Amino acid sequence: MSVAMNPGTAKASGPVVINDFVVKFANVNGSGSASANGMFAKSILRCGVPVAARNIFPSNIQGLPTWFEVRITEAGHLGRRGGVDLMVAMNPQTWDKDVAEIEPGGFLFYDCTKPLPPSKFRDDITVLGVPLTAMCNERYQLPRERQLFKNIVYLGSLAALLGIDPKVIETILTEQFAGRQKLIDANFEALHMGVSYVHEHLSPIRLQVRKADKVGDRIYVEGNAAAALGAVYGGATVCAWYPITPSTSLAEAFTGYCEDLRTDPDGKARYAIVQAEDEIASIGIVVGAGWNGARAFTCTSGPGISLMTEFIGLSYFAEIPAVIFDVQRGGPSTGMPTRTQQADLIGSAYAGHGDTKHPMLLPADPGECFEFGALAFDLSDRLQTTIFVMLDLDIGMNEWLTKPFAWDDTRQLDRGKVMTHDELEAGADFGRYKDVDGDGIPYRTYPGVHPNKGAYFTRGTSRNPYARYSEEGAIYVDNMQRLLRKFETAKLLIPAPIRRDAKRKTTDGVIYFGSTTPSMLEALDHLEGQGRHLDALRVRGFPFCDEVYDFVAAHERVFVVEQNRDAQLRTLLVNEGEIDPGKLVPVLHYDGTPITARFIAREIGQILALGQTEAAE
Amino acid sequence: MTYILKPQLHHPNLPTNARGFTRRDYEGSVSTLCAGCGHDSISSAIIQAAFELDLPPHQIAKLSGIGCSSKTPDYFMGASHGFNTVHGRMPSVLTGANLANKDLIYLGVSGDGDSASIGLGQFAHAVRRGVNMLYIVENNGVYGLTKGQFSATSDKGSKSKKGVVNHDSGIDLVGMALQLGATYVGRSFSGDKDQLIPLIKAGLAHKGAAFIDVISPCVQFNNHVGSTKSFDYVREHNEAVNRLDMIPARSPIHVDYAPGETVMVTQHDGSVLSLHKLAELYDPSDRGQALGFLGSRQAKGEIVTGLLYVDPEAGDLHDALDTVATPLNELDGAALVPGSKALAAINAGLR
Repeated sequence: MSVAMNPGTAKASGPVVINDFVVKFANVNGSGSASANGMFAKSILRCGVPVAARNIFPSNIQGLPTWFEVRITEAGHLGRRGGVDLMVAMNPQTWDKDVAEIEPGGFLFYDCTKPLPPSKFRDDITVLGVPLTAMCNERYQLPRERQLFKNIVYLGSLAALLGIDPKVIETILTEQFAGRQKLIDANFEALHMGVSYVHEHLSPIRLQVRKADKVGDRIYVEGNAAAALGAVYGGATVCAWYPITPSTSLAEAFTGYCEDLRTDPDGKARYAIVQAEDEIASIGIVVGAGWNGARAFTCTSGPGISLMTEFIGLSYFAEIPAVIFDVQRGGPSTGMPTRTQQADLIGSAYAGHGDTKHPMLLPADPGECFEFGALAFDLSDRLQTTIFVMLDLDIGMNEWLTKPFAWDDTRQLDRGKVMTHDELEAGADFGRYKDVDGDGIPYRTYPGVHPNKGAYFTRGTSRNPYARYSEEGAIYVDNMQRLLRKFETAKLLIPAPIRRDAKRKTTDGVIYFGSTTPSMLEALDHLEGQGRHLDALRVRGFPFCDEVYDFVAAHERVFVVEQNRDAQLRTLLVNEGEIDPGKLVPVLHYDGTPITARFIAREIGQILALGQTEAAE
Repeated sequence: MTYILKPQLHHPNLPTNARGFTRRDYEGSVSTLCAGCGHDSISSAIIQAAFELDLPPHQIAKLSGIGCSSKTPDYFMGASHGFNTVHGRMPSVLTGANLANKDLIYLGVSGDGDSASIGLGQFAHAVRRGVNMLYIVENNGVYGLTKGQFSATSDKGSKSKKGVVNHDSGIDLVGMALQLGATYVGRSFSGDKDQLIPLIKAGLAHKGAAFIDVISPCVQFNNHVGSTKSFDYVREHNEAVNRLDMIPARSPIHVDYAPGETVMVTQHDGSVLSLHKLAELYDPSDRGQALGFLGSRQAKGEIVTGLLYVDPEAGDLHDALDTVATPLNELDGAALVPGSKALAAINAGLR
């Protein structure tokens, strides 16, 4: 075996870092690296050390660059930190960019089969070469084997370099290939090829994984899978969807969970899933099922919301329950289909022509995707309207460490105000759009309920409280006012925001939501370390509860941190709460990568520092 | 447009059907369409068909899109839930409603603008999925509510009321339905009740995607010389392949036609279709032949009517999805929510 010399030696040194560093894998997509990289992250979790892993991938099936970033964080910071301590550079196409991204004093791991000129390296990093291609070409005959096992060999080498016990990875491999002993043996061999090479030619580096007990009972799961499971627990029976990144895996997960959890012993399904011809048909099926008393949902992304808008308006005006999971991606138009953003807030909140508004739930992690996924169905039945659950690609398609799913077995499905056969028979006055209880929510009936009572004609046109067509101005206005009352009622049902007060009294606040949360919390710690104190409020839904407006009123200046260009949450706050825009300072990150703690701390820190300077002058 | 309720006058001598309903029980509010509109004849045929089938009106869900034809579900079966959806999207809403409750009878009413233009995609996909429904297109070849534009079913060369000649090829929804896998396909004429009522009855009884194209002349905008959807043109060029009688499962079967001229077809629900063949070689169980026959007659300017194709053993979308017998909208929490124990097992698998 010919082994190229490592052109870089340990030129950079520094303190030993335990359980607090970032490893980034640069791969070519379609090369089978995803599974090996996933096992790397999982092996660290199995050591009791929290990880935050993120896929950064192209809109492509094979051949383009893809990255997998793993933050090892005993402190439990699950957002992106920014910067890379160890780059696993497996993709020549992105080599220069990848090498440049390494923090000074960091490490570069690469396949040293072919020598590279010294100009391709840096003086301030340590280079770790393993001749992966040479090793695999020598051991394996088939091109496919050579390619796939290369990933397992580097996994072994990394374990040896970082002090991860290979037995942990063996356990994961055994679970993954359960029952296929040949495959298990072959993977073990490749793993140990990597381990042995490091033992013979290199030595462990100063970035080390040590066993800890910081994971607890948390689970590691994608937000899309969690939301799909929430839909199962929320009693959804009809799912109509159209494939679109990054929401596809939500429908696929729902299918898998239903097969496992909702199939009768004779094989009959207690659910119906239709892959529709487009997003318009998807939401049409959902509206039809909701009208007929089944809990139904679709999952999509921004382009799908645009297409569904007409039906969303119908759901609002005809008052038909529907649930839409919007896994947001980079817009506008086709935008950045495989990158993350929180840029559908305004488009969803006000989807539809005419005066429309829709409740939204804003989960911050997969645990809340499950919780809100189930809650959305109660809310849509209770409020008889579309409920949006706003995920994004970062939460939806990455596995996050999150609190375990929990369910109270005494909980009942809230089907909302549905007039029954017996109530109709007993002579109840049924007016489909009549506000009986003063909360703006009328009663409905399911088709077929009674031979001669309770039938009504549903339409997207204006009508009177008894569902009869009317173009009378006063009747129209009454109905539109009732819909506003219903929206006020929604405020009481939306999950309350979560407040975290600073250790010292402050006039500065910050509002944030969704996938920004872990980076925000880390940034707050960081700012606090600099003596900068902010009260923080995590918004969990729309319309905003009074607590949100109270928080804004109680502070002189409120930063609003979000992942879009136009400060959409801030716009909603200004618009709905009639807040002075000057009071709300936007902090915006929208390049398609998940927001980092460093970014937030820097942006807010700079503005706070400026204020201090001005005060000093 | 205003909403006009029909006066509820008592007619003690109105005939009742087996369930004790009178024809009145299948009526809706007063039509606001133009006097003489073909669509009103179709509504009337639907009322008669449901009456003769002894259907409980509340067990029917009627859905439509937007347009003159789509307004009609308000004018029949007032005791049924109805849904006037959005333009061209009735098929998806009906599909969802059907998924929620397989026990109701689904009647979709649409027009040529609603189904052949904006809704062509949804029409196609609901048909190819085999949604259990009767889908009626009230086809007048014209946009009436917006005052006389050509629709996609207007024949090439036909003239508008203003004298404009249509230069686009017409879409034949019957041909499309056959090609897309509809398991019951018929065409009729709003002015031919004898043919239309049995076709609707059999379509309502059919399990699977049933489609009927009903030529329904627009008295305001498409009933002039030069139109191929006018009363006169359709009467002159109507080529009926058969005459249908539909006998519900529980009725004794009387066949009046001479053997050799009549085809008996038993549908899934036990009802019998008695087809009196007019075109000698026509076989309604052969999808390919139906398409060929349609094409050859169309080339001669003839409009083929009657039951063009039926698969009496057809299944539907619920069969394909293998759903439980209980309608999905009746499943309760116990049937739907797996509970905390199942969740604990899922959690364990995610560590």
